[in-house]
Amino acid sequence: MVEHKNNDKTFLGFWIYLMTDLIMFAVLFATFAVLRNNTFTGPSGEEIFNLPFVLAETLILLTSSFTCGLAVLAARKGDKKQLYSWLLGTLFLGFAFLFMELSEFQELIHEGYTWTKSAFLSSYFTLIGTHGLHIAVGLFWLIILLIKLSTSEINSSIIRKLTLFSLFWHFLDIVWIFIFSIVYLIA
Amino acid sequence: MEDLFGKLTLQALPHEWFTIGGAISMTAGGLGAILLLTYLKRWKWLWTEWLTSTDPKKIGVMYITVAVFMLFRGVLDAVLLWLHQVLAGGGQGYLTADHFQQISTAHGVIMVFFVAMGLLFGLMNIIVPLQIGARDLAFPFLNSLGFWLYVAGAILINIFFVFGGEFAATGWLAIAPLSGLEFSPGVGVDYWIWSLQISGLGTLIGGINFIVTILKMRAPGMTLMRMPLFVWTTLCSMILVVSVFPILTMTIILLNLDRLLGMHFFTTGFGGNPMMYTNLIWMWGHPEVYILILPAFGIYSEIVATFSGKRLFGYTTAVVAVVAVTLLSTLVWLHHFFTMGADANVNAFFGIMTMIIAIPTGAQIFNWIATMYKGKIRLTTPMLWFLGFVATFTFGGMAGVMLAIPPIDYQVHNSLFLVAHFHTMAIGGALFGLFAGISYWFPKVFGFKLNEKLGQYAFWCWLVGFFTSFVPLYILGFMGVTRRLDTYDPSTGWQFLFLISLLGAGIIALGIGFQLLQIAVSILKRKENQNTTGDPWDGRTLEWSTSSPPPSYSFAVIPTVDDRDAFWTMKQAGKPISKPIFVDIHAPKNTASGIYISAFALIIGFSLVWHIFWLTVLGFLGVIITVIVRTFNDDTEYTISASEIAKNEEKRGIYG
Repeated sequence: MVEHKNNDKTFLGFWIYLMTDLIMFAVLFATFAVLRNNTFTGPSGEEIFNLPFVLAETLILLTSSFTCGLAVLAARKGDKKQLYSWLLGTLFLGFAFLFMELSEFQELIHEGYTWTKSAFLSSYFTLIGTHGLHIAVGLFWLIILLIKLSTSEINSSIIRKLTLFSLFWHFLDIVWIFIFSIVYLIA
Repeated sequence: MEDLFGKLTLQALPHEWFTIGGAISMTAGGLGAILLLTYLKRWKWLWTEWLTSTDPKKIGVMYITVAVFMLFRGVLDAVLLWLHQVLAGGGQGYLTADHFQQISTAHGVIMVFFVAMGLLFGLMNIIVPLQIGARDLAFPFLNSLGFWLYVAGAILINIFFVFGGEFAATGWLAIAPLSGLEFSPGVGVDYWIWSLQISGLGTLIGGINFIVTILKMRAPGMTLMRMPLFVWTTLCSMILVVSVFPILTMTIILLNLDRLLGMHFFTTGFGGNPMMYTNLIWMWGHPEVYILILPAFGIYSEIVATFSGKRLFGYTTAVVAVVAVTLLSTLVWLHHFFTMGADANVNAFFGIMTMIIAIPTGAQIFNWIATMYKGKIRLTTPMLWFLGFVATFTFGGMAGVMLAIPPIDYQVHNSLFLVAHFHTMAIGGALFGLFAGISYWFPKVFGFKLNEKLGQYAFWCWLVGFFTSFVPLYILGFMGVTRRLDTYDPSTGWQFLFLISLLGAGIIALGIGFQLLQIAVSILKRKENQNTTGDPWDGRTLEWSTSSPPPSYSFAVIPTVDDRDAFWTMKQAGKPISKPIFVDIHAPKNTASGIYISAFALIIGFSLVWHIFWLTVLGFLGVIITVIVRTFNDDTEYTISASEIAKNEEKRGIYG
């Protein structure tokens, strides 16, 4: 009973935190919308985005969200082996996504299109970079979870932590869908 | 060597009279405190009883203590400015233009972020759990962390006195492009950025914590519409915190990216948009005003009901008014820059919204006046602060409605008229409320009342001093004096009004003197004003039902609520309280993790100000490791046994 109540508080608190994070992203989306056409002498989005590449990124992140959901289901069933494999799958896909994002950044920088070039590029790098930073934090969190899992059985504490992580991961997924539509598709 | 300390070179160390003076006085003060603690052998006591405590009552007292220290700094800054403006009429004044602007910026930032917010979070920590019949906040560790982040921010804003550099000379909101690297190449704006960022993070954490506490931890029977008004206003204020502080956080991050990585969000060239900064910062900045004033409204509602011996008149309308103000406050930010040159329709919309917000605010004034009507009014110090507020706030509110009319705003924008208006709201509204709350709840926290007579002297000095110092500013504003003006021609004839204004500041200083004396005298003569019942004012809400000071667990048995003004109803029923069956209570253990994390945050902030990047990395590693260690620690609670509680409660002798 006490534990149930504590869980309630934690989940409500975490939801409110997610909403605050969403507002931070909203600020970034707003600045991006304002600065989108301020390319100054630099390139426009149309010229630098590689849509098929980003589509692949998107599919990878969506799949990782799916495997994350399956991991929570496995945890509820108490199937530790399945839980491990789904979590490792999520970890792998997450790293793949992060790697692709970074290589996209590297390519732009290599071509001389850095964030100092124009307001548009500043807002682009910041929006995508903030999302990438969140992904990196999520992956770090996931590694800690896996370490914890290796030392204990599946108990209510593990399920709670896992559920919080999955909320965070799905949240990043939703933000990415907005990024995909507003940043890439509109360009 | 140069790389090792980034931009922090020997030349940057304190070398001006005010930084050297500050460095000496702060070091001396710090050494004095260390020596005193060592001499009295109080280190362990301080660490275990206070600093590492997760008890919201103690965290609240610590918040208020830090805020009072910051108030001294803020008032000192104000006096320096006032004096300079008087002297500037006959010549140059005694401050350089740049130094004048720095003090002005520091004064605003300190008063809003570290005084008003600190006092507010202090009172909320102490009172909100007691009023809803809870023993603690939802997340005790996060509460401690939030407090220590606030302390880290407060240290960072003062640290340049000791380690060198300067403070921002940009005005309290560091409006772009002035705050960009191009026009403010020094470290001042970076100090501003990181002290606000760190303390703002603490505020955000606190906001989440209070919302969850109020929504999930109320005593059985306390429905939303039975909550005391202070709880309602805290809830609304914290909802605003979680809605707008993320905007502040992100805006400051973007400004920092401009300065640190050469991005172009708010720069004048490369397609940056400085007006976007003004928009974003006021989207946070205007709701921030209501974050401060709403809880003050709550405090007044508690006080006026208690000292009129009546229920608050029109509880439901008061709640509706508070919620309406909360919603409307997010729709008025543009009235801070009508002169930006937006479309007339845009200005009209925001002007009308601003005027509309005066309606629910005015409704609350009538709530309070009607509560007093036919009540048995006791003119105690808290009640005097309340009455002073009604007069001052109505006066300032009228000026606010004037400013909300765009054509008038074009005349008085950025003038002392505006400065006088928002000081009327901040001092007469928020600060009077916080003083009222402190004198009202002081006996709850310490078990004895504050000296009445000295409290009343302090009040009258503040009230008279306030009008003497700020009415001339309204007039000067009409005469065309702009804000942050560091020099003017004597032939303008402004000097006399500035002089009267300074005189008012002297009267306020006298009031502060009385407040200090009041605290000292009250502590020395605490036996005379002692209160053992826990209910010194014949109160109405649950916080008065427990002993003063409350035990660490606050309530031996969680009360059951069946009406508004729960404690009053219990007293009216007059039933002898039967001795309850006590059970074990689980309470959170002390933790120092919040202190460590905040210390590392301070290191991160300081190193980013000076571009000492290896130290930044160490700071981040420190935060990450402390957080991980904390999450692996499942042993965070201890048990207070039923027999211990029974023994404690027997002493009160309230059980029939």
